[in-house]
Amino acid sequence: MHPAPSIIVFTALSGAGYGLLFLLGLGSAGGVLPESPAFGGVAVGLALVMVSAGLVSSTFHLGHPERAWRALSQWRSSWLSREGVAALLTYIPAVALGLLWVLGARGGWTILAGLGTAAGAVVTVFCTSMIYGSLKPVAEWHQPWVPPVYLGFALMTGALWLMLVLALFGQPIGGLGLLATIAILLAWGLKFGSWRHPVAEGRPTPETATGLGAFGTVRMLEPPHTQSNYLLNEMAFRVGRKHAERLRKIAVMVGLGASLILALGAVASGGAGATVAAAGAVVAGMTGVLIERWLFFAEARHTVALYYGEPAAA
Amino acid sequence: MTSLPASTPPKQLGLVIDLDTCVGCQACVVACKEWNTGGYPAPLSDQDPYGADARGAWLNRVHGFEAGEGADGMTVHFPKSCLHCADAACVTVCPTGASYKRDEDGIVLVEEDKCIGCGLCAWACPYGARELDGVSKVMKKCTLCIDRIYNENLPEDERQPACVNTCPAHARHFGDLADPESQVSKLVAERGGFDLMPEMGYRPTNKYLPPRPRSGGTGCGGTVPALEDADPAGGFLGWVDRMLSR
Ligand code: SF4
Ligand code: SF4
Repeated sequence: MHPAPSIIVFTALSGAGYGLLFLLGLGSAGGVLPESPAFGGVAVGLALVMVSAGLVSSTFHLGHPERAWRALSQWRSSWLSREGVAALLTYIPAVALGLLWVLGARGGWTILAGLGTAAGAVVTVFCTSMIYGSLKPVAEWHQPWVPPVYLGFALMTGALWLMLVLALFGQPIGGLGLLATIAILLAWGLKFGSWRHPVAEGRPTPETATGLGAFGTVRMLEPPHTQSNYLLNEMAFRVGRKHAERLRKIAVMVGLGASLILALGAVASGGAGATVAAAGAVVAGMTGVLIERWLFFAEARHTVALYYGEPAAA
Repeated sequence: MTSLPASTPPKQLGLVIDLDTCVGCQACVVACKEWNTGGYPAPLSDQDPYGADARGAWLNRVHGFEAGEGADGMTVHFPKSCLHCADAACVTVCPTGASYKRDEDGIVLVEEDKCIGCGLCAWACPYGARELDGVSKVMKKCTLCIDRIYNENLPEDERQPACVNTCPAHARHFGDLADPESQVSKLVAERGGFDLMPEMGYRPTNKYLPPRPRSGGTGCGGTVPALEDADPAGGFLGWVDRMLSR
């Protein structure tokens, strides 16, 4: 599948934003985060900027962004519609949480807003993952690992961003360091699971796509058109697969290795050192996720390619 | 509404495509484009149509495949357009309600004024039956010529899809596949019509008829008469060969 930059940026950025909202929601409800209004305002504000930037960027690839509001109507059947509805609904508790924090309110309402924000964040990221997870023609996506991987990376990048904000405000990172470490390992562990998931079994072949298997192996003789078309541009992307192995290694080295070391460095050091290390961990983590997301598209093979001479998956 | 019809539509209009008789002339491709670029929806645009990188939106395309090896191998011309699936995920994934499946006859359509051009329905179609138009930026797909088949301004025998009407080899048949007594259903039963990618579970309405078995063996099969030896060793020809090769 063609890795459209707008979708890659959207899923990575909004994933991090919802991860951050999730942790801020739970953390404030549990009373384990700083009460300072400035901290709350900056942290919740940052998360909202990230999810909003992600949403706006996702409209860039629409043919008719001015009609985007219509996408809220079909939540009964469509995961894309559900995602839109969940994303909008999550603003309500999230904005309330930010305001309560800035106004210095604690107690019942904060807990309610915090839990609502955390729940909204989980539901939204889950819906995003199911847009891909529900697509049968793409076996790499239509597998049970996809939603956990999306949730895992959202938690991981959210934790890294929260670490950075804590460090910026000179707050101790403490337990969050452990959480971030676990989240990094968990997210990549899930990703390894999805990479190892067998996708060739029962997958369509040129023989089943044409129904001509009874006559022998099927190969393309002449394509239906001489130049490219929408289908080939969108769904028959091959460049990524050529470099997939190397890119996977880079993603793991940066997103897992470097971000883990830097996160631990942030926990170990204090003051400015912690801020620098945490910022490095954010950069490394986000870079890793962006590469992972690029591969998520580039490595995914759509059944339509079978009609254009792609052999059956190995 | 992008939920599928609650009950099975009473009619299920669709095509039966005969892979035995299709000659790959592309007439249906052109007839489809011609009719559907001038119909009720936005035109089917082309980009750089006379240039080196000509591209455009087409609702019907004819692929060419080879099946089998050597003398048993065959060339199969393979037309492909929307199969108007019973379990059309292209419809249920649509976030706007632009894509829908008609209750009355099972035809899958796009209401272009609602389409945001997100492309998700094209991803959800295993068959590559949907193409986004490069100018109007809305999703295009086969309408089964809904503006022909019910069009009372046309003579009755022309009230069928443009591709069916035009096919010189009669490789395309149109009818109600929910009715076992219809001509198309009988054709499917007789000839062993099949679904494309049944393992995807979309339950396509359109059916394909397999190439008929070849009569009297295939290719030249038996022994080929030997050609004259170009390098004879003895005799008169051998002597001529030797003389001329000097
Ligand atoms: S062939 Fe593709 S576009 Fe047509 S109904 Fe089936 S899934 Fe939808
Ligand atoms: S491209 Fe149009 S018809 Fe297709 S899913 Fe998006 S809004 Fe629906």
